Amino acid sequence: MRHTLRAFWLLVPAIAAGQILDPALLMKPLGDSWPTYSGDYSGKRYSSLKQINQSNVRNLTLAWTSRVTPGAGNANPGGGGRGGAPAAPTIIGGEGAGTLGTGGFGGAISIRAFVLEVSGTLYFSMPDNAWAADARDGHELWHYFWKTKGGTHIGNRGLAMWGNWLYMETPDDYLICLDAKTGKERWHKEIANFNSQYFSTMAPIVVGNHILVGTGNDLDEPGYIQSRDPETGDAQWTWYTLPMKKGDPGLETWGTLEAARHGAGNVWIPGSYDPDTHLYIVGTGNPTPAYTNNAGREGDNLYTCSLVAVNVDTGKLAWYFQTSPHDTHDWDSTETPILVDGEFKGRQRKLVLQATRNGYFFVLDRVTGEHLLTTKFSDAANWAKRIDEKGRPERDPGKDSTVPGTLVSPNNGGATNWPPPAYSPDTGLFYVPTNESYAMYYLTETDPRGAMGLGGKEEDQLGTLGSYLTAIDYKTGKVAWKHRYPGIGGNIGNGILTTAGNLLFAGDLGGNLVAYDPANGKILWHSHIGQVSNAPETYVLDGHQYILVAAGDMLYSFTLY
Amino acid sequence: MFLAAIAAAQNPAAGRGPGTPRPSAYPTRPPADPGVLERGKATYGVNCNFCHGSDARGGEGGPSLLRSELVLSDQNGELIAPVVQNGRPDLGMPKFNLTNAQIAEVAAYIHNFKVSGNEGARMIPPSILAGDAKAGEAYFNAKCAACHSVSGDLKGIGSRIPDAKMLQNTFLMPGGGGRGPAAPVKVPPATVSVTVAGKKTEGTLVKIDDFVVTLTDAEGTQRTFRRDGDNPKVEIHDPLLPHRNLLPTYADKDIHNLTAYLVTVK
Repeated sequence: MRHTLRAFWLLVPAIAAGQILDPALLMKPLGDSWPTYSGDYSGKRYSSLKQINQSNVRNLTLAWTSRVTPGAGNANPGGGGRGGAPAAPTIIGGEGAGTLGTGGFGGAISIRAFVLEVSGTLYFSMPDNAWAADARDGHELWHYFWKTKGGTHIGNRGLAMWGNWLYMETPDDYLICLDAKTGKERWHKEIANFNSQYFSTMAPIVVGNHILVGTGNDLDEPGYIQSRDPETGDAQWTWYTLPMKKGDPGLETWGTLEAARHGAGNVWIPGSYDPDTHLYIVGTGNPTPAYTNNAGREGDNLYTCSLVAVNVDTGKLAWYFQTSPHDTHDWDSTETPILVDGEFKGRQRKLVLQATRNGYFFVLDRVTGEHLLTTKFSDAANWAKRIDEKGRPERDPGKDSTVPGTLVSPNNGGATNWPPPAYSPDTGLFYVPTNESYAMYYLTETDPRGAMGLGGKEEDQLGTLGSYLTAIDYKTGKVAWKHRYPGIGGNIGNGILTTAGNLLFAGDLGGNLVAYDPANGKILWHSHIGQVSNAPETYVLDGHQYILVAAGDMLYSFTLY
Repeated sequence: MFLAAIAAAQNPAAGRGPGTPRPSAYPTRPPADPGVLERGKATYGVNCNFCHGSDARGGEGGPSLLRSELVLSDQNGELIAPVVQNGRPDLGMPKFNLTNAQIAEVAAYIHNFKVSGNEGARMIPPSILAGDAKAGEAYFNAKCAACHSVSGDLKGIGSRIPDAKMLQNTFLMPGGGGRGPAAPVKVPPATVSVTVAGKKTEGTLVKIDDFVVTLTDAEGTQRTFRRDGDNPKVEIHDPLLPHRNLLPTYADKDIHNLTAYLVTVK
């Protein structure tokens, strides 16, 4: 990493005090700020902060709340916190007509993004909207609104920062660069073809002088990871998750090249980064057509539903491990991988851990990709026959969608999904929200060529046996403890934060932010704030630790007094 | 690739509220002139049909044109024309002696098809019935008869729910599953009892988490109780629990057999 950092310093204008991300922050253990998607590159979401800890968390109290209003007509003269701050300016950009507002296309008005915290300022997003707010009281500093051409507005996972610049993806496939101080647009660049029905939700990741982006697509178009220049937005390299031409590795895992080139494998949740090996380790999405299993999909369908390690300097694949060969249920394996240095079978190793939507948990060597362990963390998951000799769950073709219907667990939402998992080095446990759900999967398209994308099936959800906060011992893959959310319903739950204060924070299913003992799941504190919509974060300002979380269009910040 | 439950994962299909029309998220094309469409279809039928299929979704050797990035970006044949006129010898596509005007008409025909990654079925199977009614009856007697009877509560169930798929989803999880209108069955709500200092309050379960439980009592009043671990004592009665407990035990053929049997209960 040293050479990357040096190159980076040459590219960044003089780092001054204020709203500028010191790149060294990204290399430090997570603490004072929250400068990237998972807080740091490891994906652990483990903060070294311990001012708030088991002995005092019962005194944790609300510091401030702030509500944001997306759209072009944002008038929030109260400054978000209704605190009498001057009105924040709304800056408008975009290539669309401006007639389509946020909340269209099925996207609820909800902060599903992580929040950047750098030098006392918060930066966060919804689809087409970015905000800066003061981290001390939540008052809005500026708001940027992008007039969209369309695209699936399911969510936006947040912003990236490089020096004084912010980066956001839009549903109509642009990467936008904003001035962090003013919210003014510097440029926007197309990162995928909107005509081909790509849509972009991912939080970009900054590594050195690379802005790593990915996109979504539900129309059989190929998935890829791109590296973009932070100054110009131009592409540095593109790595397709699929074989795109004759001779490409992995082509033997498809029936035809044509099918491979339309096989999806989109990358829509940020990966983790190992500075020692320069590997960006990220999960890829499902193959398409997702449910209609035509002849072109014969084979394992690399590199869909895989954990892949791509060198950030070259854009070349270093290793891969497929966590769901030949997926037939639209269970992306995009869930955040967590990088852990720890003991495994008596040896100190560099590991990567991942719990995937299909209900399985994996441990690999992150330098070589060597498979070390596979276990099933969802009791209900019933779609695989066995774990094969390579450690991969082997699909039971009898559990594909059929005309008379197939009873499958999990439902399409999965045993887990995008809400980020976490890891604590204090307990050695991996924490993940889980759901023991069932659905009937009916094949409704009998054309042997299949349907496009996610079409050709009816998935009828049948409820759940329970939703849990689940702690997994990575050394054995066994569940160490589970906390069942009370009641008879359930869903995929919310993302997780762990801290050196021996605390685990997560939103429950009842609208509470809850602090747990990470060793055993004991509840230590809670506050009812409404349906939590992202994973909690933490940072320090003026010597005080804050816990920050979003619920819909609100941010809530907690501290000790 | 995606879902939206309360916590909203990525799945546009599931994120839609019922009955709320929304604008198309992706580019739509204005309807073409019928004369142009007709001529385009004729030209397509003679030259393109064999390889790319009459519906442009692929045929003998040729790929689907509908999800082709080139076709999706084409407006009036300007991107399609060079491919048609020069062919793609490396992929086995010959060149065609068509004018730009003819190709514009062919393009209008191809663009006439709706392109969506969330499309419903075009070739809908006529029936989901595949099971053996006799085996289904045996399964019913073994697993369901303790609570249900085809001459009692389920009398005429096959007539009351004539759609076999709805019937199947309904016995798997009454009141849940399936699209469109709810099945005409009465599903009793979950109830809860809360015992505070020896005094038991019962009602319909409204909400429960680790910190509160809310019920609606017999008078229709909502009552919320603070919870602290096992205090007060809370007991949930889930009338669907037997159905839930069956989920991990079914073989798919049990389900199909049971459906084949229940459709005969007229």
